Amino acid sequence: MSTAVPNENLITERQASILVKGRQRKNQLKCDADSIAGCVSQRACVYCGARVVLNPVTDAIHLVHGPIGCSSYTWDIRGSLSSGSELYRNSFSTDLQENDVIFGGEKKLARAIDELVEKYPSELVFVYSTCVVGVIGDDLEAVCRAAAKKHGIRVIPVQSSGFIGNKSAGYQAACDALLRLIEPPEGARPVRRLNPAPSINYLGDFNLAGEAWIIRDYLTQIGVEVNVVFTGDSNYRDLQKAPRAALNIMQCAGSMAYLARRMEELYGIPSMQVSFLGLQDTANSLRAIASFFKDPELLRRADELIDRESAAVKPQIEYYRSRLQGKKAAVYVGGGFKAISLIKQFREIGIDVVMVGTQTGREEDYRTLHDISDDGTVILDDANPAELERFMTEKGAHLQVGGVKERPLAYKLGVAFIDHNHDRKHPLSGYPGAVNFAREVYTTVCSPVWKYAGAMGGGIYAAGKSALPER
Amino acid sequence: MPREKAHYRNVNENPCHMCMPMGAILPFKGIEDAMVIIHGSQGCSTYMRRHIAEHFNEPVDVGSSSLNEKGTIYGGARNLFQALDNIRRVYKPGLIGVLTTCLAETIGEDVGGITRDYLKQNDLGEYPLVAVATPGYGGTHSEGYWMAVHRIVIALTRPAEKHGGINIIVPNLSPADIREIKRILELLEVRYTLLPDISETLDRPIARPYTKIPPGGTAVEDIRRMAGAAATIQFGLTVAENLSPGHYLQSEFGVPLHNLPVPMGVEATDMFVSQLLTITGGSLPRTLELERGRLLDCMVDSHKYNAQGRGALFGDPELVYAMTRICAENGLHPAVAATGSGSAGLEKLLAPVLADCPEATLFLEQADFMGIRKACRETGVNIAVGHSDGKYLTEKEGIPLVRMGFPIHDHVGGQRLLSVGYTGTAMFLDRITNTLLEHKHKNYRVSMYRKYYRCAGS
Repeated sequence: MSTAVPNENLITERQASILVKGRQRKNQLKCDADSIAGCVSQRACVYCGARVVLNPVTDAIHLVHGPIGCSSYTWDIRGSLSSGSELYRNSFSTDLQENDVIFGGEKKLARAIDELVEKYPSELVFVYSTCVVGVIGDDLEAVCRAAAKKHGIRVIPVQSSGFIGNKSAGYQAACDALLRLIEPPEGARPVRRLNPAPSINYLGDFNLAGEAWIIRDYLTQIGVEVNVVFTGDSNYRDLQKAPRAALNIMQCAGSMAYLARRMEELYGIPSMQVSFLGLQDTANSLRAIASFFKDPELLRRADELIDRESAAVKPQIEYYRSRLQGKKAAVYVGGGFKAISLIKQFREIGIDVVMVGTQTGREEDYRTLHDISDDGTVILDDANPAELERFMTEKGAHLQVGGVKERPLAYKLGVAFIDHNHDRKHPLSGYPGAVNFAREVYTTVCSPVWKYAGAMGGGIYAAGKSALPER
Repeated sequence: MPREKAHYRNVNENPCHMCMPMGAILPFKGIEDAMVIIHGSQGCSTYMRRHIAEHFNEPVDVGSSSLNEKGTIYGGARNLFQALDNIRRVYKPGLIGVLTTCLAETIGEDVGGITRDYLKQNDLGEYPLVAVATPGYGGTHSEGYWMAVHRIVIALTRPAEKHGGINIIVPNLSPADIREIKRILELLEVRYTLLPDISETLDRPIARPYTKIPPGGTAVEDIRRMAGAAATIQFGLTVAENLSPGHYLQSEFGVPLHNLPVPMGVEATDMFVSQLLTITGGSLPRTLELERGRLLDCMVDSHKYNAQGRGALFGDPELVYAMTRICAENGLHPAVAATGSGSAGLEKLLAPVLADCPEATLFLEQADFMGIRKACRETGVNIAVGHSDGKYLTEKEGIPLVRMGFPIHDHVGGQRLLSVGYTGTAMFLDRITNTLLEHKHKNYRVSMYRKYYRCAGS
């Protein structure tokens, strides 16, 4: 493959994962591969992927079988909200010690489940496997089976040892756990569409800052019932009703495509990709859902809602657009769906995306990204700080979208920043989300602090001056 | 004295500690031009980077050998070699730390051997490559921190000519605290090597051009010469001898060790300052004398408010020791002193300090936050001091939390919290006193009404 982006500091093995639109043929981007050692990848591990997806199941006991770190670093760090139980906000760990690693952790795990179930009555326990557990060979299946029988509840192992793949493998491990959870008991195959109302499952929304509630409210207004969300504000009982739905709509495809495919195979539920990020995506998605049920009344109500809500937010969006027109953004996020939506959403507020990358995007995501990007846009998979620094600087980005690890880098470079991660405490979905997004972009890009900290201020440090001016 | 110690426990409910490699990253971030690589699966480095970045609001680059299934089965040397190659190419560091993880240790990786082979194969001679065995199940982040400092000193320090400087070895304090300690040393005109020095690297001013490794940190050359120092002052009362760099320098090179508490509170700061004066033969500069006087003034101004506090102190053992001591000094009852570490011996260490306290302190070792919450309820705690993970004390128990220590991920400015020296102590005390006052003012109208109004009417 030709080298599109030569740089003596660039790691040779990384070249295949970076391309510039217009300079290479598409489909040339290497993705969905293991991270290269020493590249300072921004990716996490299998366990992380599984934990992210399952964490919002509110009434489950989430027990991390492993040494303490894995549990410490994932304790209540997400903004997923619950309308019921708060049990999911605890982080339980078997806190494996050296002796447990030598002699095996199965007994400790069994006792841990016993203690927790007694203390926190729950019908569902997720037991996450970590690196060590994968190596010492604890039989998670057997321990969970025995515990389930003993307590008469569901105890589901999540095979998420960190080294068995990347974050995507963790998504799949979580989906496998969810599939086990929703599988109806023998001989009790649910008859679908008992309920005449159009009923859907909403996959890939984790109810950060109430986002799933916003979308459910829209769908209710249109006349579509949300059966259960995977997994934002979900619970044991609701998840079990999943096989009854007529349609799966899926937002975060990176984490949920596998679940959607399996549910189609097992329960005949078709799936549809949606996105509620930005005005255009939100409108398109609402119309697509309404159209699916072939009921003109649904479509009429969808159009009504879209007209009403977009009219209400348009003036604000226009205001921000007028101030942001022509700015340049760099996007580096977890999955493909978000990156694709963000390019469109930035266009709505007059901003061009000059760099776009993801941690776990799939080939088809990158094909779409390539199609919708402008010529010259840098597209990259599994980037690292050195690459982010280089391309943001080269492309003259005014702002970056990313997560906690990317933020300080952007700030240090004098680049504005949008938090598009799972920690945030404000919704970015639907119409209020579109306004929040535009406002956040405006507040960071147009902040007065950049007058001082942007290009070292242009003030006291300008023109080679290195000392404070005399008063 | 009441005592409650969790011995063998099956489940940790909301951890009050982190794992060894996490703690071991921090000292490497305080060495000039250093990078660090975690030998393990990709997630370890990412989680730790995220945690550290959120506390300091700084870019925190940490390499990973990104062990996958193949590396786990056949050994990870190839991955680690590749990681070292790539980190050297992109960051061009002057020193590299290599930390192991649960995974690397469980599959039996010999990082010492692998790194030696790497140096040999690449003809790197004496290049400082410091390997530290930090399995996640081997201890807490506090122990990981000290283990790394200990290994750094062992790996780098060589017999050196006496140079009369003083070694200052610090636990995990804020960059602002480190700056304050350096300011005191400079006021006393002490020549020193402070290890590890994160004061600039993890609290980096905006500056152009951006460099991948932040400027600052202890110079490798200075660490090499620590053996020639006149003395070592180490803030590490709770550190086991086998992890104590100060003890190593004393036994290996005969550098006298003064193992002191973190200089927080008037007594502990006095100990530090007078120790320095004894070593240097100097006298107390007027600036410090004034600061000390102001601290005493602050203590007197606030003592009646502080007397209403019943505190829970939690976090790294060294910090819990210091905070408990400050509370005792100021008449704020240290009701609960808790740490996730299991072998700090806090109760014994603090016994003399707490001898005059009218009420006993409840000590929790190997604590988790469910345990701490329970202890707070039972002892009537009304103020908590510790890192952000104690936020449930506020959310679930209504106890205000003064943030202190690491990690602080739900507030900004963890890196700027100043709590050491006379001036820092006054600022720390003010944060506590004001939290007590705010809590009282918020509640007293309602609480007095509930308590007395009906009585008056009936």
